[in-house]
Amino acid sequence: MTTAPPKPVDAKPPVPAAAPERIKAKQRPGDVIFSTSTIVAGGLILAILALVALFLIVQSIPAFVADPAEIKGSPSSFWAYVAPLVGGTIWAAFLALLMAVPVAIGIALFISHYAPRRLAAGLGYVVDLLAAVPSVVFGLWGITVLAPFVQPFYSTVVDIFGWIPILAGPVSGTGRTILTVAIVLAVMILPIITALSREVFLQTPRLHEEAALALGATRWEMIQMAVLPFGRPGIISASMLGLGRALGETMAVAMVLSVSGGFSFDLLKSTNPSTIAANIALNFPEAHGVGVNVLIASGLILFVITLIVNSIARYIINRRKAFSGAN
Amino acid sequence: MTTTTVAAPPMTNTLTAGKLPKATPWLLLVGSWIVMGVIFGLLMMAGVTADFNIVGTIFFGTVLFVIVLTVVSRLYEGVRRSKDRMVTSLVSLAFIIALLPLISLLFTTIVNGAHRFDLTFFTYTMRNIVGEGGGGLHAIMGTLQITGWATLISVPIGLLTAIYLVEYGRGTFARAITFLVDVMTGIPSIVAGLFAFAFFALLTGVAGIRFGFGGAVALSILMIPVVVRSTEEMLKLVPNELREASFALGVPKWLTIVKVVLPTSIAGITTGVMLAIARVIGETAPLLIIAGFTQSMNYNMFNERVMTLPVFVYTQYANPGSDAQAYLDRAWTGALTLILIVMLLNLAARVIARIFSPKLGR
Repeated sequence: MTTAPPKPVDAKPPVPAAAPERIKAKQRPGDVIFSTSTIVAGGLILAILALVALFLIVQSIPAFVADPAEIKGSPSSFWAYVAPLVGGTIWAAFLALLMAVPVAIGIALFISHYAPRRLAAGLGYVVDLLAAVPSVVFGLWGITVLAPFVQPFYSTVVDIFGWIPILAGPVSGTGRTILTVAIVLAVMILPIITALSREVFLQTPRLHEEAALALGATRWEMIQMAVLPFGRPGIISASMLGLGRALGETMAVAMVLSVSGGFSFDLLKSTNPSTIAANIALNFPEAHGVGVNVLIASGLILFVITLIVNSIARYIINRRKAFSGAN
Repeated sequence: MTTTTVAAPPMTNTLTAGKLPKATPWLLLVGSWIVMGVIFGLLMMAGVTADFNIVGTIFFGTVLFVIVLTVVSRLYEGVRRSKDRMVTSLVSLAFIIALLPLISLLFTTIVNGAHRFDLTFFTYTMRNIVGEGGGGLHAIMGTLQITGWATLISVPIGLLTAIYLVEYGRGTFARAITFLVDVMTGIPSIVAGLFAFAFFALLTGVAGIRFGFGGAVALSILMIPVVVRSTEEMLKLVPNELREASFALGVPKWLTIVKVVLPTSIAGITTGVMLAIARVIGETAPLLIIAGFTQSMNYNMFNERVMTLPVFVYTQYANPGSDAQAYLDRAWTGALTLILIVMLLNLAARVIARIFSPKLGR
């Protein structure tokens, strides 16, 4: 132990910026070892992401150059094989988002502005329980409970609205259509959208809300004028994160969807496009040779799509954080 | 409609004019449920539906309630209030809509899973089992081992990264790591599995490699960002005064972190780790790819396929033998076990957070 007390590195110096020279803390071996190990751990995260990208690319190259005849179903090229899957992935995720976002905003508003204060935390926990259910259980539930439950509705809808192109028949006899999958996906992404929107709604400046109420606004008008404009970026980024989750969801889709090749927008028919993730899960155990590389290449495409979606979402969140003064 | 008469009391007091009595929405709600219950009861008696449709009664009853309430409020309170009431009921309806699948899912899992929730399930594997009997012991052991390994990998990396971000990190490198951790949160689980497969297939040269440790690596990719995020939040909650007091006593920075900052936040960190475990223990897709499936017990994480509980549920459902019902029952019991494990982890995490969290100065 030296006699002079060491100064902490990041303690704010009391003198103004014109101070002569910053006094540095003494670096003990323990300090060096500890700080280095934390930097290494941080660097590992960079390395892992780089490795994920690298190894997926390396293992995908054989698929891009392979003879299309070797790919399952012998399509004209790798891209012809993967295009319907990309379409199915985006279509299913989009439908799920369409259903989940209004409900999630409703739940978030209910918890943040409608429910009694004392109940709110407990209700939030109940919604979080949905996030705790493993996806394979959702798949099991979707196929044994939800699909038989919605099938009669589907036949009714096809009977009445069959003239609308995407609702055209013949209706699926099992209910295992892309709409059912979208419902399951919507339930699965509800918790994440709800949790984020709720956080944003709670950050609405109290004075804005009170000003609106003082002017005689009803609760809905207050929400319309104060809460929703304030929370819009938060809702958008929460939805994008939910979209990212829905794009990558595997087991629920693999189990519930009854798949056929090709792509179509039909919601209620028994011919449905598969999704990238479900296609990998269903075909990987039996794949061999270049088939494995094809599946990894499709996984790479999924990785890129979710990476873009998530980055945009995070960019919106971070930009907002910078000027909200909340941090 | 019998209930609408309740909604229109004689208005004698001018101060309450244009306002529905407080109990009106509740009476309307119960009334709508009764109306729908009667309709569905008639349907059941007419033989259209096999048994009483309780889900339909409550759902359509609530929809009816929203419509009736809006109309009644519009007649007595005007446009603005009726809109407010409609939104209030819609928002509450959204919450109920979210509860329906949760209740239905828990209910079916418990009812169907209870058949085989017996001693045999927890003491037998599926080795040489065709049809009835057998159990998921090998899957439960595999899940515990793989998740344990994943925790062993992720917790040190996640903890140290979070310490770096909170205590040391400044500038571009720290910002890049923060961003990448966020991005990593969004990696689809199946991509993590594909990465582990691609990595170990190239490393070992075995084309169709399947082994347990690879599954642990895939799970840690999903787990690390969760651990980093929650630990970071907890470390930020430690009051700066504690650090400064420690520095003032001449304690080196690393000892301050180890002896002051970490003990203060250890409850929150434990909670975060348990929630992270709860998140990855139910992952199916990556384990299907890299850990594979088998009917036998395998204690060796570095050789041969390992069964895990989520994959057990999937394979029991997807590849039934001659007696399909026995396989389906085992799948449900596996699902019930899985949900119980996840819920217990969640509950324990919250209890720890509540009991041991540091009492911050108020």
